[in-house]
Amino acid sequence: MRPFDYHRPETSNDALNLADEEAAFIGGGTNLLDLMKLEVMTPDQLVDINRLGLDQIDEVSGGIRIGATVRNSDLADDARIRRNWSVLSRALLAGASPQLRNRATTAGNLLQRTRCPYFQDIDAPCNKRVPGSGCAAIGGELRNHAVLGTSDHCIALHPSDMAVAMRALDAEVIVRDAGGGTRTTALVEFYRLPGDTPHIETTLTPGELITGVHLPVPAGDRQVYRKVRDRASYAFALVSTAAVLRMENGKIVSASLAFGGLGTMPWRNEEIEALLTGEAPSNALFDKAGEVLMKEAELREGLEFKKPLAQRVLKAVLTEATQ
Amino acid sequence: MQTTLTVNGTRHQLDLDPRVTLLDALREHIGLTGAKKGCDHGQCGACTVIADGRRINACLTLAVMHADAEIVTVEGLAEGKTLSAMQQAFLDHDGMQCGYCTPGQLCSATAMLEEARAGRASHVTEDLEGTTRLTRDEITERMSGNLCRCACYSGIVAAIEKVAAE
Ligand SMILES: Cc1cc2nc3c(=O)[nH]c(=O)nc-3n(C[C@H](O)[C@H](O)[C@H](O)COP(=O)(O)OP(=O)(O)OC[C@H]3O[C@@H](n4cnc5c(N)ncnc54)[C@H](O)[C@@H]3O)c2cc1C
Ligand code: FES
Ligand code: FES
Repeated sequence: MRPFDYHRPETSNDALNLADEEAAFIGGGTNLLDLMKLEVMTPDQLVDINRLGLDQIDEVSGGIRIGATVRNSDLADDARIRRNWSVLSRALLAGASPQLRNRATTAGNLLQRTRCPYFQDIDAPCNKRVPGSGCAAIGGELRNHAVLGTSDHCIALHPSDMAVAMRALDAEVIVRDAGGGTRTTALVEFYRLPGDTPHIETTLTPGELITGVHLPVPAGDRQVYRKVRDRASYAFALVSTAAVLRMENGKIVSASLAFGGLGTMPWRNEEIEALLTGEAPSNALFDKAGEVLMKEAELREGLEFKKPLAQRVLKAVLTEATQ
Repeated sequence: MQTTLTVNGTRHQLDLDPRVTLLDALREHIGLTGAKKGCDHGQCGACTVIADGRRINACLTLAVMHADAEIVTVEGLAEGKTLSAMQQAFLDHDGMQCGYCTPGQLCSATAMLEEARAGRASHVTEDLEGTTRLTRDEITERMSGNLCRCACYSGIVAAIEKVAAE
């Protein structure tokens, strides 16, 4: 690990003042320290944000506000989240291990980096790690890679389970800039597709602090998260699906669906949602939804399995959610 | 950097490079070698310790981040010469072979029972708002953050079932 200075400010303003271009905020550290040991990340300053009082979950008008440093385990456990945003509890409980969830934070989870092995190997070319160096994954050994939203420069997968549920729940990220101004960005605007700048993953600029996440009242009471992985627990998703549905008189009146294990960012496809809305559930309908989901998938060698797997998971989730 | 660490009830005044992980501080600076380094990347659970009542991976956190915390390691589970119920159950049920993962398993299992008592759900819990029953499936899921190279899982689960039933 490269040397760094460690700071433990008590206020968000102090944290923002301490953070220069090369600094990193540290929440749980479960991703950052992992990558610092590998020298994939080499910040010269670490600003510990665990004492800024950002660890509260508050009901606000029109939804709930989750502080940036709320631990993944506490968020999954919160009685209000379990009751009304259960897909989020489910996604969190499907991720990592209890020990990791006890440290991992809301903001850190959103910003966790890809698990692409070439990104983690500092001797391999990687446009995300070293812009312009090439992509060893394209043409390399593939499994935990993306098939949607990819570019010729990067096919790295976004690995978070939590962010998939949040995408289905229309989450907004609350950001504070160095001047103390606050803005709120929908998750879809927050993440960026790789294009030819895969090293820029979000619309957050260096030195900006996530202070929390806002979840609106959920658009549906039928909530399901299903994750398929190489072993039953403690593994990243090969494919996952979050569904938030509402039914009336035997018809789907609202559907939000988000997908993990497929995209360079937590994926959502509005065409599927439009297709489902107003319809009665049926196998034919769910098969059609699966076709739409994988229509533009780039199934490179080693990733072909993701198409039938994603379609079956989607069908299973829709079947469960509409029962 | 000057920092204090409170481990198993004893306060230690240390001068640490901020890069030192909690695991290395315990093992190399305080001399408590119970917590083990398996992977050093959060993937095995051998380094599990209990910080302020919560089990965490000591390899993926910095010592300087725990200045105000109460840390419990495997060395702190027994009362003097009397083993904790979990330690005794691991012996009684052959919950180990080489023993490398055991300190992490013990800390993890000890904290896991508290989580279950507090009503925390897991990935396999049917009803998120129901009560927690520590079935075999629940125990294996809740202990999945601790790998055992010797595959002593059946003994480990039997030991935990025994203590959970008490
Ligand atoms: C073995 C293993 C298995 C895992 N399995 C899964 C899994 O199955 N599913 C899953 O979803 N995840 C999994 N994870 C990843 C885990 O969820 C993340 O490591 C964790 O959520 C990161 O949160 P953190 O608080 O520790 O982040 P940190 O490591 O503290 O930070 C991550 C990044 O976010 C930045 N950051 C943190 N907070 C802020 C803030 N408030 N504002 C601006 N920037 C900030 C940091 O600078 C850093 O760049 C796994 C991790 C490991 C090690
Ligand atoms: S040494 Fe910490 S999880 Fe393996
Ligand atoms: S007893 Fe050998 S690794 Fe678990």
